[in-house]
Amino acid sequence: MMLSSRLRLAVSLLALLVLGQARAVDITGAGATFPYPVYAKWAEAYRTATGNGLNYQSIGSGGGIKQIKAKTVDFGASDKPLTKEELDQDQLVQWPMVVGGVVPVVNLAGVAPGQIKLSGGLLADIYLGKIKRWNDPAIVALNKGVPLPAQDILVVSRSDGSGTTFIFTNYLSKVSPEWNSGVGSGTSVKWPAGINGKGNEGVASYVRQQSGAIGYVEYAYALQNKMTYVEMKNREGQFVAPNDKSFSAAASNGHWSAEAGFYEILTDEPGKASWPITGATFILMQKVQDHPDHGRAALDFFAWAYAHGSKSALALDYIPMPENVVKLVQAEWKRAFKDASGQPLR
Amino acid sequence: MGAGIMLHSQQASPMNPSHMPKALHNTARQAGPLRLQRLGDFLFENVTRMFAFLVLMTLLAILASLVVTSLPAIKTFGLGFLWSDDWDPVRDRFGALVPIYGTLVSSGIAMLIALPISFGIAVFLTQMSPSWLKRPLGTAIELLAAIPSIIYGMWGLFVFTPVFSHYVQPVLIAVLGPVPGLGALFQGPPMGIGMLAAGVILAIMVIPFISSVMRDVFDLVPAVLKESAYGLGATTWEVVWKVVLPYTRSGVVGGIMLGLGRALGETMAVTFVIGNAQRLSVSLLAPGNSIASSLANEFAEAVGDLYTAALIELGLLLFLITTVVLALAKLMLLRMGRQEGGKS
Repeated sequence: MMLSSRLRLAVSLLALLVLGQARAVDITGAGATFPYPVYAKWAEAYRTATGNGLNYQSIGSGGGIKQIKAKTVDFGASDKPLTKEELDQDQLVQWPMVVGGVVPVVNLAGVAPGQIKLSGGLLADIYLGKIKRWNDPAIVALNKGVPLPAQDILVVSRSDGSGTTFIFTNYLSKVSPEWNSGVGSGTSVKWPAGINGKGNEGVASYVRQQSGAIGYVEYAYALQNKMTYVEMKNREGQFVAPNDKSFSAAASNGHWSAEAGFYEILTDEPGKASWPITGATFILMQKVQDHPDHGRAALDFFAWAYAHGSKSALALDYIPMPENVVKLVQAEWKRAFKDASGQPLR
Repeated sequence: MGAGIMLHSQQASPMNPSHMPKALHNTARQAGPLRLQRLGDFLFENVTRMFAFLVLMTLLAILASLVVTSLPAIKTFGLGFLWSDDWDPVRDRFGALVPIYGTLVSSGIAMLIALPISFGIAVFLTQMSPSWLKRPLGTAIELLAAIPSIIYGMWGLFVFTPVFSHYVQPVLIAVLGPVPGLGALFQGPPMGIGMLAAGVILAIMVIPFISSVMRDVFDLVPAVLKESAYGLGATTWEVVWKVVLPYTRSGVVGGIMLGLGRALGETMAVTFVIGNAQRLSVSLLAPGNSIASSLANEFAEAVGDLYTAALIELGLLLFLITTVVLALAKLMLLRMGRQEGGKS
């Protein structure tokens, strides 16, 4: 009696499992860690709304690119966009999904968030180890009336390869010829000075512990930990604070073109309100879909995320793509995607 | 890393399963149940052998795949990889000197701290502790071994390094910094993190391994031996140093190697406190990097074949370093065994 009731339970559970699996198409994706919180949030909301699941593995941009090239996932995600040539070589389609900002943070006694101002050139010189003290005349000149101590600057950067580092070093390369020729930009670089912490949390905790430290973290980290962020001088010579508005200003001033595979790094964008250290994170998919139902399901998800995901993205301090860019992306989907027989996917 | 490798030299056990069935077979011929038993023995022997070889195969497969995937880096950099301190992913120039140095130095510091402490713990627990204290203390030490390394890392970063930078490092800099020669090891600002901090955290992590192995082997010393030494008027120290330690030498070395193996391969805890700078510096207070920590940091976002290959070559080097360390330990035990044989 006992046994048979257990057996019945097991059989019905199994049936439920099989049925549940048959109904949903699970989209699989892998890649960048930076947008993971928002993709996870969207996946959860999407499952509630449509019943379709999304399995996103945040294995890093490098892994995401490898996996989509090997076609083991439906989409890959990368913080570093691929160039047109790289896309064509592997028959990939690329588009931006959300925008985020990177924020320099400092630990200086008596200096409030937003009180200290820096320019790109100064930031590069600090990270190059050329400007060594906080009361350096070049820093003082930008910060009249701010109590800058006669203290050594401790430079903190990310030790792990990350999109945050890519955006930050890309910015420094654009504003400083010396950085560009000496260090360059990448997900991890050879840092000329300072110490390196693992992840945003590692950088944030070093900066908080060490008086006189400067580091860079994702905007959400600076915000949640109430860190002393720096106001940056942008391309137009304006000092701007990092926030939703200055990030989306940079995003809408970006030069987005479908022909170039949406290759655009949003650092040092024009526009009076633009935050200069901004970057988008990208999705990669195979141009020719061997399993059209999977490709369609993935595109449905991204279309849904563009239409309904803005609020949850903003709640997590990511900036949704501007309306006009979304239109360009969706037009590109119609044009680019084909199934194995050459029929358009959407 | 290395946790599954035992170093005891005695291998042949009296209950070798391959001899048993033959003996049984001779005494009672062709009896039904016995035949079945023989088949069981045969199967058991082969299945266990298969399992043992599976380990060997896995080891060889790992080695082979490490070599194959790191070939691009080996071809590009050759032996120079070992002594170049350049690590520049942007320009695809890689050298392993900084991580190799960091791995060896941080593990070395860990062993310097952990060895005397573990020895003291084991001596106290086996020779001097009142019996009511033995069990709780022993359990506490074993519990230390059960803490996941990420916890050590986070504790190290959030709790240990602030205390270390405020109270310990300034003292080290003030006292040892001016000493000629030795002073070079204690230069620079007290940041809390760095090679020394990594060594201390590693020491805390390997102490439970070394001390519990030491305690277990010290307990194996026959009471008669110790009692006769005490009877001759030996002090506790003399008993430990001249009776207990020589008797348990191979076990003690095994315990130390187990600890060293763990220290060499430790990843998460080191990553949090070592500072992760690809720069070579003499000062132990300066940030450095270890092989395992470089891998953990950079592998996920490494793009490009050469970069990935260089990282895998680092993994291969760690594999080789650990193998060499264990081989040296085995050699040392063999030599000690031979010396003992010569004496008697």
